[in-house]
Amino acid sequence: MSASDDLKDLYQEVVLEHSKRPRNYRVVEGATAEAAGHNPLCGDQLVVTLKVEGGVIKDVAFQGQGCAISKASASLMTGAVKDRTRAEAEVIFERVHKLVTEGPESVDVDALGKLAVLSGVSEFPARVKCASLAWHTLRAALEGRGEAVSTE
Amino acid sequence: MSGFDVKKVREDFPILHQEVRGRPLVYLDSAATAQKPQAVIDALVRFYQHDNANVHRGVHVLSERATEAYEGARETVRRFINARDAKEIVFVRGTTEAINLVAQTYGRKHIGAGDEVLITQMEHHANIVPWRMLCEQTGAVLKVIPVDDRGELVLDAVDALLTERTRILAVTQVSNALGTVVPVKELTRRAHAKGIPVLVDGAQAVTHFPVDVQDLGCDFYAFSGHKMFGPTGIGVLYGRKELLEAMPPYQGGGDMILSVTMEKVTYNRVPYRFEAGTPNLEGAVGLAAAIRYLEALGMENVAAHDRELLAYATQALEAVPGLRMVGTAREKSAVLSFMLAEVHPHDVGTILDREGICIRTGHHCAQPVMQHFKVPATSRASLALYNTREDVDALVRGLHKVLEVFQ
Ligand SMILES: Cc1ncc(COP(=O)(O)O)c(C=O)c1O
Repeated sequence: MSASDDLKDLYQEVVLEHSKRPRNYRVVEGATAEAAGHNPLCGDQLVVTLKVEGGVIKDVAFQGQGCAISKASASLMTGAVKDRTRAEAEVIFERVHKLVTEGPESVDVDALGKLAVLSGVSEFPARVKCASLAWHTLRAALEGRGEAVSTE
Repeated sequence: MSGFDVKKVREDFPILHQEVRGRPLVYLDSAATAQKPQAVIDALVRFYQHDNANVHRGVHVLSERATEAYEGARETVRRFINARDAKEIVFVRGTTEAINLVAQTYGRKHIGAGDEVLITQMEHHANIVPWRMLCEQTGAVLKVIPVDDRGELVLDAVDALLTERTRILAVTQVSNALGTVVPVKELTRRAHAKGIPVLVDGAQAVTHFPVDVQDLGCDFYAFSGHKMFGPTGIGVLYGRKELLEAMPPYQGGGDMILSVTMEKVTYNRVPYRFEAGTPNLEGAVGLAAAIRYLEALGMENVAAHDRELLAYATQALEAVPGLRMVGTAREKSAVLSFMLAEVHPHDVGTILDREGICIRTGHHCAQPVMQHFKVPATSRASLALYNTREDVDALVRGLHKVLEVFQ
């Protein structure tokens, strides 16, 4: 695969679109949980807020600054875990983690839905942290660990 | 340019002649660490093949040779920065250790509760954190000279910040994040007028122009071998002899003592008092080789090359649509820090990397100055004596490619 094919895989249209116009870029009103995430290497910082009712994520949003990959991943995440149970969100987290670290061959891409656009990340080891930041932060919020998570 | 042929210079650096990701390597990250000429690589190999032994302790021929090489390197460093005496040259791991050494010896002795340490907003973390730690240990207060929107020090603020409680001024000569050249000679003059000693962080300076510590007048000067085409793990603390001699030791161990009983230790004279344990012998030898390499090129010639290339690169980058330079000081050294439209520096770095172009993205270990410019990170291209206009042109093409991806 040539260098520029790799790049096209990383910066797919959907990724760029989400990074420019992130969904659920706000603070959840009446949030029941939140956590801050930080990637010290590149200075990416974001806050995830959640409303969990009866074990279901009723609302989820994020705010912060970061590169295209971290923003797009956060934006896509909010869409993917809304109305899911904690357990379901955890399964999605595991799939995404495998996708960005091991590549699309290692997971059931169909089950990932829209999140499959993150498949290009695995060719860029230096960018895995960017793609996972929002997810680690979500997990911290779900586990009630409000303190800042760090990808270092 | 007299005697300086960049094409020839490139021939001296084997690492530059390779393809990465299917493209010729374009290395624009020398402010992070510089590449090594064959002369340095050869010096390391020669030392291990012929002269290696521990220094200052054996009576045998190899130890003699190793000691000669190590102490010869000290003399070479002295000459390079025009120190008065080779005893004023302390070998350390790098700039970071040099500054920690001063903070923990000079600082612990002379700086107490309520005293002030003056630094600047544009320091590398290596010239912030050791002072912060000292302040926490002693109750001293850290004061900061602000920078303006060009990335120059606000010189008007300096005199008021040099107070009767100021015990040291620690300042970089060239900002690694912005490229600003700081008038350290003038600052030293002002500090000395009030009897305040000055430490200069020369990590980004010694590779780009001649440095004369006697002319600067500073009391301490710190730099790293690896940024000036020498090995990693070796660096220099220059200190005026009167100050070094009055300073307590840093680490304890072999080589830094004259005699040891269980009751009493007599410390060695300077600079050995500050070099506990077996030093980085091949590092010192390699650093000396790097210095001889620079001296053969002529630091004036290097400076002229870097200046001319910086001017070319500044103009070329400023013509890229949406590019905003961070750090536009009137006097700059070979660093170009910038933001490209709305694209995050990390994305810029990834796309350039696929073009075979190495730059640095991030906060450059200088978060306080990033905060001043209200950016979490920048993209930074840094130039060295082996870079060419072609490298700059490749960077510009790469940036257009970034814009294409992000349209
Ligand atoms: C201005 C400045 N000071 C200090 C340092 C620290 O140098 P070292 O990591 O070699 O100790 C650097 C290196 O990035 C620097 O650019």
